[in-house]
Amino acid sequence: MQYMLLIYGDEKQRARVPESERNAVFQQYMDFTQGIVKSGHFRAGDALEPTASATTVRVKSGQAVTTDGPFAETKEQLGGYYLIEAKNLDEAVAIAARIPAARMGGSIEVRPVMPTPKVEK
Amino acid sequence: MPIAELYREQYGRILATLIRVLGDFDVAEEALQEAFAAALEQWPTQGTPASPAAWIVATARHKAVDRLRRRAWLHKRRDEIERHLQASAPEDDAPVPDDQLRLIFTCCHPALVVEAQVALTLRTLCGLSTEEIARAFLVPGPTMAQRLVRAKAKIRDAAIPYQVPPDRELGERLDAVMAVVYLVFNEGYSASFGSQVVRPPLCEQAIRLGRMLTELLPAQPECRALLALMLLHDARSSTRVDQNGDIVLLEDQDRASWNHAQIAEGAALVEAVLRAGPPGRYALEAAIAALHAQAPRAAATDWPQIAALYGLLVRVHPSPVVELNRAVAVAMADGLERGLAIIDQLDARGELASYHLLSVARAELLRRLARLEDAAAAYRRALGLVKNEVERRHLERRLSEIEG
Repeated sequence: MQYMLLIYGDEKQRARVPESERNAVFQQYMDFTQGIVKSGHFRAGDALEPTASATTVRVKSGQAVTTDGPFAETKEQLGGYYLIEAKNLDEAVAIAARIPAARMGGSIEVRPVMPTPKVEK
Repeated sequence: MPIAELYREQYGRILATLIRVLGDFDVAEEALQEAFAAALEQWPTQGTPASPAAWIVATARHKAVDRLRRRAWLHKRRDEIERHLQASAPEDDAPVPDDQLRLIFTCCHPALVVEAQVALTLRTLCGLSTEEIARAFLVPGPTMAQRLVRAKAKIRDAAIPYQVPPDRELGERLDAVMAVVYLVFNEGYSASFGSQVVRPPLCEQAIRLGRMLTELLPAQPECRALLALMLLHDARSSTRVDQNGDIVLLEDQDRASWNHAQIAEGAALVEAVLRAGPPGRYALEAAIAALHAQAPRAAATDWPQIAALYGLLVRVHPSPVVELNRAVAVAMADGLERGLAIIDQLDARGELASYHLLSVARAELLRRLARLEDAAAAYRRALGLVKNEVERRHLERRLSEIEG
């Protein structure tokens, strides 16, 4: 079963973290990622550029309309994700709790990936 | 065993086994209904089978297989259920005690909202109908049905595991289970809203769940303490309202009408738990309830001991409501002024600003201190906050007594 772990946090606060500390956090992410690669849970994962770089697209009357910024202004922003394989929600939650952001004031949203029906030949 | 009785007594046990065998709540529930319908048809003419519960499980398993063939399922889900069915031999159909434990830990999983945990527990383990649960919590039937559908969908889609948590998580997860059981009991014992104070069916179901937990987890003293607490409270429930449905305060209740056998059972359980080791939250609350229940007269209540137990409870399970209860016990043990001072400090902190029982406690102490104007003001404040109709009538009567 696959789960998407969406990492939310206050990016303004993150921007204020001094360089030295940022390196330590980066190292924690490296360690965490290596850990779940080794245990076979890792499928994918990335950090995202801040929402200042975001563009939102909608199609209105057949025309793509783009606006600057994220889809919604929120206190916590999506800053990265992991896609993992876990046998059930308890295992997924246990892994999510190990993501460094979770103990630095951030939140991890755990979302099961919808199973898609097999295409019949 | 007649079918109706089997249904009432064994529903949760059989369903728990079926969920293990089939790996799916909905399929298990539907198959169980069909199996009971088949029993109603066949048993009267062909006789009751030697092992009725096993017959129901075996029949439900066949019904589920039929259903899977007939229905156009999402393939993945059908494959999963079929894999599950193949993995377990019919010999596994015999209910094992762990089935019910697995089921209650799934129903009370922290990833579900508490309302859904409660509804799911009553529906699956207690076999209450959706309508019965809706009535007990005064919500429309369709709302309750929706709540159950959503909870079951989340269990399936998020893959909430059907298992007893490993030892290192057991304590925390058991706390959540006990909280649900106690919530069911409390909603039955002192309804937070509506026109009745006591809703006995909920108390009965909560006690049943409590007994189940103590049987399945005999090494957990807090489970026994919770059962004791519920037994002790419930033993007094018939005297808490008079024939008009009005509240009778503890000190005015007819102690001869309490269920003394149940008090003895509860008290024996608490004593055993207290002997076993340092008391937890439920053990302390049960010990307090036992002191109240065992006092031959209201005036003979051991208030100093109760105040001391509340002092421990504040440390083990800190909450402003516990502090309020401790204040009342201190007032009775060490003097009304002492208790009132604690309540006023608590009031100043503001955490209980919307909790009517703080104002009720203040009003009672002020009345006893003959500060009638202050008491009247406190009763009025309580009346502005109370939601239960019976409690409102009681407070209005108290207010008119001191104003008259």
